[in-house]
Amino acid sequence: MVPISMAPAVRLHEAVALAGRFPLLAGASLEVAEGEVVHLRGPNGAGKTSLLKVLAGLLEVHSGEAIVLGRDLVADRRAVRREVGMLGHQSFLYEELTVEENVRFAVRATRGALTGVRPALEQLGFAGRLASTTVGRCSAGQQRRAAIAVLVARGARLWLLDEPHAGLDQEGRDLLDELLAGSRVAGRTVVFASHEHERAEAIADRVVHLAGGRVIESTEPAGTTAPAQTAEPNERLAPAEQQPTSLPVPEAPAHVA
Amino acid sequence: MLRDAMLVAGKDLRIEIRSRVGLNQVGPFAVAVLLLFGLALGPDRQVLAPASAGLFWVAVLLSTILAVQRSYAIESADAARDGLRLSGLDPAGIFLGKAGAIAVQLLVLEAALTIGVALLYGAHLSGALVLVAACAAGTLGLTAIGTLYGVVASGLQTRETLLPLLFLPVVAPVLLAATKAWDAALAGTPGRAGGWLDVLVVFAVLYTAIGTIAFGPLLEDG
Repeated sequence: MVPISMAPAVRLHEAVALAGRFPLLAGASLEVAEGEVVHLRGPNGAGKTSLLKVLAGLLEVHSGEAIVLGRDLVADRRAVRREVGMLGHQSFLYEELTVEENVRFAVRATRGALTGVRPALEQLGFAGRLASTTVGRCSAGQQRRAAIAVLVARGARLWLLDEPHAGLDQEGRDLLDELLAGSRVAGRTVVFASHEHERAEAIADRVVHLAGGRVIESTEPAGTTAPAQTAEPNERLAPAEQQPTSLPVPEAPAHVA
Repeated sequence: MLRDAMLVAGKDLRIEIRSRVGLNQVGPFAVAVLLLFGLALGPDRQVLAPASAGLFWVAVLLSTILAVQRSYAIESADAARDGLRLSGLDPAGIFLGKAGAIAVQLLVLEAALTIGVALLYGAHLSGALVLVAACAAGTLGLTAIGTLYGVVASGLQTRETLLPLLFLPVVAPVLLAATKAWDAALAGTPGRAGGWLDVLVVFAVLYTAIGTIAFGPLLEDG
C-alpha cells in the first residue's frame, strides 16, 4: 500500500447544495486525504453525483464548508477547476472533433503540457488513425476511453469519476483500474461513484456510504484488513442522526442518481 | 483572456468547417430569405433596389439567430457545456471566442448576401468602405448580443423559442442603424452614414463589454 499524505485534498463540512429548494446535498461531511482513492456508495438519489459535482465546482455550495485542493469553493467554485478532472455520465467531448483534437483542446484549456497528449492517447489505445477519428464516429466505449485520455493528459490532481467503468469493455475496465492504481502512486486523489461494488472496492482505500444527500458511514473496502483511513467520527463516520437536520432528507429524484 | 478566446474560437470554427452546418444550412437559409422577400415584393427592381439594405440586414439578423443557436448546440451535446466550465477557461475568453467564431461565419455570409442583393435586387454597390464598416460594426454588435442572450437561452428547455424573443427586440437599434448606413452608401451618399456607423460602434463596444462581464455568471447559472 502506498503511503497516503495526511494533507486533505477534500474537506466538506455540513455542505448543503440545492436544486431550487430541493437539497441535493443535505449537510454532507467528508474528508479525503491527498493520494487517497475513495469509493462513493449509495442507492440512486443518495447524492453521489451531486457530491462529485460539488467537488468539481459545478454545483454551488449553499451553506457549510467546502475546501478542495486548498481552494474554498464557497468563496470561488471556479478556482479549483483547472486542477480537477471529471468523468461524468457524459464524456464532455465534442463529436465533430477528433479524439486527439479533443484531448489537445482540454489540455490547452487547462494550460497543461501538450507533450502529455500522445502518451495519454497511446495508453488508452488510441494509436495511429484511431486518434484522428472524430469522436462522433467512435463507439460508446471508445468515447469513454477518450474521456479518460483527457483526464490522463490533463494531469489533474483530483479525479472525480461517476460510474467510470460504465460502457467500457473488459480490457478498458482493467486499463482504468490500472490507471487508478497508478494515480495513487502518482499522489493523485480519486473520488469515484460506482455500483460495481466488487470491482470498486478492489481499487479503493475507503468506501464512503451516502444516503439522502449525506455521508452516513465510512468503511474499509470488503476484504481489507488494514486499519481504516478514517478516524474522526463527526467528520467521516457520522451516522445520519448526528447530521444536521434543518433540511428535509430528500427522496430519490431520478436526476441525481 | 485573449488566449482563451482564440482557443474557443479556433475550436468552434474547426467544428463548423467540419460539420458544414453554416455552409449547408445557414447560408441556404439566408439566400432563401432573400428570394422570398423578392417573391413577396414582386420582380420590379424599382421596388427591390431601394429596399435592399433593409432586406439584407433582416436576412443577416435571422441568420444570426441560427448561428448563435448552432454555437450553443455544440456545447449542449454530450454535456460539453459542463466540460467547458470544468476546463477552467476564462468566461470572458469563452464569450469573446464564441462571439468571434460567429462573427467570422456571419462576415462570410454577408459577403455572399451582398452579391445576392446585387444580383437579385439590382442594388448598386457603391460606398464600399461604408458597406464594409457597417458590416464589421453591425456584425460585432449582433454577435455580442446574440452570444450573451444565447447563453441565457441555452440553459433552458425552451431555448429555440426563447432566443429570438430575447434577441430581436434588443437588436432593433442595430438593424435600424445598419440599414440606414447601407441605405446611405447604396444611394451614393456615404457621408450621411457617419452617425449611424457611430451608433453601430457604440452598440458593439457596449455589448462586448457587458458580455465579458456578465457571461461568467450566466454560464454558471444556465
